[in-house]
Amino acid sequence: MIKAETWVGICATILDAGSRADGIPADTAAVPLKMWVKGYLLADCEIGSEAEIRTATGRIERGVLEEVQPHSNVDYGAFVPEMLKIGADVKKVLFGGEIHG
Amino acid sequence: MAKDMSFAAVMARKNEILMQSLGIDFSKFEMGTIAFDYEGMMASIGMDFDDITRIQLEQGVGATPMLELRNITALARKYAPPGFGARIFIKDEAANPSGSFKDRRAATAVHTAKRLGFKGVAAATSGNYGAAVASQAAKQGLSSIIVQECFDSRKIGQPEILEKARKCEAFGAEVIQMTVGPELFYKFLTILEETGYFSASLYSPFGISGVETLGSEVALQIRALTGKDPDAVIVTHAGGGNITGTARGLAQEGCTAPIIAASVNLKGLHMASDGHFNRKSFTTGHTGFGFPFATWPDRSDMPRSAARPLRYMDRYVLVNQGEVFYMTEALAQLEGLERGPAGNTSLVAAFALAQEMPQDAIIVVQETEYTGAGKHIQPQLAFARKNGLNITFGNPAEEICGENIILPQHPGLIAARDVEMAGMRKSLIRNTLQRMTPGTQLTDVDVEFLAAETKSSADWVREALQNS
Repeated sequence: MIKAETWVGICATILDAGSRADGIPADTAAVPLKMWVKGYLLADCEIGSEAEIRTATGRIERGVLEEVQPHSNVDYGAFVPEMLKIGADVKKVLFGGEIHG
Repeated sequence: MAKDMSFAAVMARKNEILMQSLGIDFSKFEMGTIAFDYEGMMASIGMDFDDITRIQLEQGVGATPMLELRNITALARKYAPPGFGARIFIKDEAANPSGSFKDRRAATAVHTAKRLGFKGVAAATSGNYGAAVASQAAKQGLSSIIVQECFDSRKIGQPEILEKARKCEAFGAEVIQMTVGPELFYKFLTILEETGYFSASLYSPFGISGVETLGSEVALQIRALTGKDPDAVIVTHAGGGNITGTARGLAQEGCTAPIIAASVNLKGLHMASDGHFNRKSFTTGHTGFGFPFATWPDRSDMPRSAARPLRYMDRYVLVNQGEVFYMTEALAQLEGLERGPAGNTSLVAAFALAQEMPQDAIIVVQETEYTGAGKHIQPQLAFARKNGLNITFGNPAEEICGENIILPQHPGLIAARDVEMAGMRKSLIRNTLQRMTPGTQLTDVDVEFLAAETKSSADWVREALQNS
């Protein structure tokens, strides 16, 4: 049970797969339009259940409780070896006299 | 009685919601059959150029450095004919509070919201503009809501957009993250209606006027540094606000330098496709926005967009994803400037175009953007590889969007590929005609309007109309 006033993330379906706007690509029309938003849980709730939250601006949103204390996991990604070559190459051309093309 | 909140009902209330959330009655600017008084709309915002400059400086926005890229220039000269290779300068817009030129747009929009008595601002954007609105709202004491197109249907998000969500939240904004699709606008309209917030649209005259200071600074700084005007100003082009505002600002200072737009070529990728969403490495500054917004500017979230790029564009060139990644790394390694890739789209174009211009010519890249986790080339290339794109060295001209990213085997392969301007202009005229009410006729006012819209002449428009 997740306690009320915990900072959480919920997910809601805004448009069902069959109700998407006209003219959008078939792959998009075949899936629902979903929304994720964060806020304080208004009442005790289980993950996967319908929840109400109060967002950062004080709005009330409803959706399925998905995440507790959601955090950013953005990083610098896996090593990309090609990047080593770029710096070495441009320095060689500029300072080492190598000219292509 | 509770309002009907269905998709169809909310979309039908669009103009009413936007009018209330902007304080602009767009109908009063309509003229002729299809024309409208663009300059009248731009002049109606209650701020003149000096006011905007003052407002931005008060908010810590603008007055960014102009840097000469001597090593990048020297590199370009290695591939240029003797005597060629213009001096390349870059306007370091990453020095703005939230890390991009978008702070200029946000400063004036948020200031206007506050002046008109709104308690908060909302914007639909996945890009730097969201961070800019959140930053300015924080500084000017308003609430903010940013609605992002963020995830595909598997809830896999573009790292760059996820980073932007983090940044918006860091400034105290509420961030609403959506899956792919233009119906995001529906959710956005319901938010405006529910909160009564100001619509800090990217395309409002408040926002676009805010970019005019950028063009003005370019002219004044280049004159101070070199004693003359720039010979070309390169602008990364997506929705058209950057080019519109910059060009108007240059004109403000009497600078007539050609304006060259540059976009990343994303040919073959559909912007509203769930499957294509994560197969592109650029979320803005690309042809998926660049073409449609140039040839039909009123497709934006405004009844009449203040961003009208074909009025100002002298030339339009395309570059490829692999070239922009390459140049971003070269900028770090040769100039000690670690900046985000999207802002470097115009730098790639400048590197190629400088080789067409003599060594005493001046070419200006008018923006950089911040970089960091998610927004850096490393996570973007890693994300592309994870999504099955093949990353290789070779000839970037052979890049197939959504399949591979080709980093140039050597800098001599970097090119700026011209888009035919006459075709773009005719496309704008065709799009206008398609939206005319049946049975109506174009008047002289409309022809003059189309001439201004396409930076052409009434005679050219009449000929194009006869052939369309």
